[in-house]
Amino acid sequence: MGPEYEATADQYQADDHDHHGAPSGIKRWLFSTNHKDIGTMYLVFSLLMFFVGGTMIMIVRAELFQPGLQFVDPAFFNQMTTMHGLVMVFGAIMPAFVGLANWMIPMMVGAPDMALPRMNNWSFWLLPVGFTFLVATLFMPGGAPAAGWTMYPPLVLQTGDAFPFLVFAVHILGASSIMGAINIIVTIMNMRAPKMTLLKMPLFVWTWFITAFLLLAAMPVFAGAVTMLLFDQYFGTHFFNAAGGGDPVMFQHIFWFFGHPEVYIMILPAFGIVSEIIPTFARKPLFGYNSMVYATASIAVLSFIVWAHHMFTVGMPLAAELFFMFSTMLIAVPTGVKVFNWIATMWRGSMTFETPMLFSLAFVFLFTIGGFSGLMLAITPVDFQYHDTYFVVAHFHYVLVPGSLFGIMAGVYYWLPKWTGHVVDEKLAKTHFWLSAIFVNITFFPQHFLGLAGMPRRIPDYSTQFADFNMMSSLGAFGFGLSQLLFVYIVYRTVKGGEKASSEVWDNPKGLEWTVPSPAPHHTFETAPELR
Amino acid sequence: MSKRKHLANFSLTTQLFALVVAMFGFGFALVPLYDVFCQLLGIGGKTAAQATAVVEAPDLSREIVVEFVTTVNEGAPWEFRAEVAEMRVHPGKLYQATFFARNLTGQPLVGQAVPSVAPGQVAKYFRKTECFCFEQQSFFANEGRDMPVVFILDPEIPRHIDRITLSYTFFAIENLAGTVTGNPPGI
Ligand code: HEM
Ligand SMILES: [Cu+2]
Repeated sequence: MGPEYEATADQYQADDHDHHGAPSGIKRWLFSTNHKDIGTMYLVFSLLMFFVGGTMIMIVRAELFQPGLQFVDPAFFNQMTTMHGLVMVFGAIMPAFVGLANWMIPMMVGAPDMALPRMNNWSFWLLPVGFTFLVATLFMPGGAPAAGWTMYPPLVLQTGDAFPFLVFAVHILGASSIMGAINIIVTIMNMRAPKMTLLKMPLFVWTWFITAFLLLAAMPVFAGAVTMLLFDQYFGTHFFNAAGGGDPVMFQHIFWFFGHPEVYIMILPAFGIVSEIIPTFARKPLFGYNSMVYATASIAVLSFIVWAHHMFTVGMPLAAELFFMFSTMLIAVPTGVKVFNWIATMWRGSMTFETPMLFSLAFVFLFTIGGFSGLMLAITPVDFQYHDTYFVVAHFHYVLVPGSLFGIMAGVYYWLPKWTGHVVDEKLAKTHFWLSAIFVNITFFPQHFLGLAGMPRRIPDYSTQFADFNMMSSLGAFGFGLSQLLFVYIVYRTVKGGEKASSEVWDNPKGLEWTVPSPAPHHTFETAPELR
Repeated sequence: MSKRKHLANFSLTTQLFALVVAMFGFGFALVPLYDVFCQLLGIGGKTAAQATAVVEAPDLSREIVVEFVTTVNEGAPWEFRAEVAEMRVHPGKLYQATFFARNLTGQPLVGQAVPSVAPGQVAKYFRKTECFCFEQQSFFANEGRDMPVVFILDPEIPRHIDRITLSYTFFAIENLAGTVTGNPPGI
């Protein structure tokens, strides 16, 4: 089944007079309340952070190119791994999804804008503020945070002057994503075009709707956890201080109560994106639309009862180890439903392989590899061997890079013609795809072997038997990093010019966004579209 | 936007913000909740923080090995050890174990021992009538002294248990001395 639309919005074609168009200059951006401009700002910011976080990890991979200490001292190495994680999670992946949501959700549900445009402006502009705090820590006495993005006490309490800035940065970024999430929920609940019932919404809208609830439930808990750290450090409380009756393991419980839903926050919108793209290029409606929605919802609910799979080795009682093992494996069921549906959508479709489709196919394939390594990690007894090794690093990079990031790239290539009015140069884009897909595997596949052989994560030196795979991984990482410059060039070129895109862009894609002209005018759907 | 829509947006936004505030509170509530949860299920390996009243009813048919493990928290200037590495005990009978601690600095120091029992499920059968861990311990410069623990294993302890580890970690708490006033910490 799935949603059906009719292209009716020809209200733009003849006289697109854009009566109150974009204001010019810096004010357009500073005071913007337009979902498209704010979406653009999110995406540009995220791209910038992608390169900041990427540069940091290039330093890490350079150091790990060979055994021994070459370039940086271990303290700085740890700052780089920690900051890389924080910047990529909170600066690159999450804002990119919020940017896509801003651009696409109002257009997909036939709304003129987000429901709360002024709060939208605020959620975006908090981001640069938060990241100024975070990046400034690099220049503080004692250096940037170095205890890992997971911030476990007591280690994190040894952070120098940067510590309170780290906490406040988390508060600000958290506030930004919470406001973004509220805006998305209100938009979806209250701004849909008439006759767009919930089960007619495009899947990208559905997955974001559910993600937004995850954000509202998880982010405040994270804010609470770092607040407790702050109190322990400066106000004499002992939430996590054993000498005072607290318990450092308690932090891990609270952190992962947030942390596991957080990993789904970073993947569900990508599920939505590929669920939009695969039907277009398979020229078949999405297989199992309803089951996709229910699977997403069950993943979200389950994600709150699996957190301690990150803590199998802290000494939990057997009953808890078993509970978290089985609940974690249970998540593989709805995830499997989704993968099945994507494949069934392609089954006997007349497929073509434009760049968005290539990224989506790589997503399905490589994300599934990450899911399988996740299942291995979910087996408690073997996790005792894998925990805190490069196997974990390989797992979460498979789900996050060819998973979340490829999902974002697929979405950008899919909708860029709609945003800019120009067709993307397929040759360049395909080159970018193949470089990325090959290098991502060269980078992360060997890390599975390193982890299984016992190489611990977050250590700047290693023993010599790990040398070959590390060198391979570093070369892959440099290649991947450089390939992303091509992405910037492609986006820049497409913004600047190129072949004119039609309003449909692709071959008969489904969804309201394809009924408005390309580039999408500053204001769309000021009168709600008619749905069939 | 129509007035009705504005109102609907406002009310939904308010509700969602209320959810956020509630979840922020829930984060803090997790701290006591985890403790309650562990106590209810008898997991987590935490023994009672106060002396418990007990009646002796020795079960001479069973013998359980109680091992003692001592740890000095990283960097704390203490010497800290158990007098014996392990004891063989009968459930239902009172025993005394002795630990020794010495302040290795030339200044007075306050220390706090934090106990933990493994396997965690037996913590609730491990009763202490007297323990140096119930209170902070003050030491003069270079002072060393013996500190007793009097304990009894509940005869109800599951039959398959034949070995228990009682571990103490000793902390120097000069930075807590101002805030904690001699009360046993709420472990
Ligand atoms: C089939 C689904 C999945 C399963 C069964 C699974 C399972 C696990 C387990 C058991 C661990 C802990 C390993 C350890 O530390 O010893 C882990 C770590 C991790 N997973 Fe997954 N996972 C799944 C999907 C995902 C997804 C979709 C993401 C994100 C997009 C993700 C991101 C992460 C991250 C970031 C970590 C490491 C956190 C850290 O310690 O820094 N996982 N996963
Ligand atoms: Cu997890």
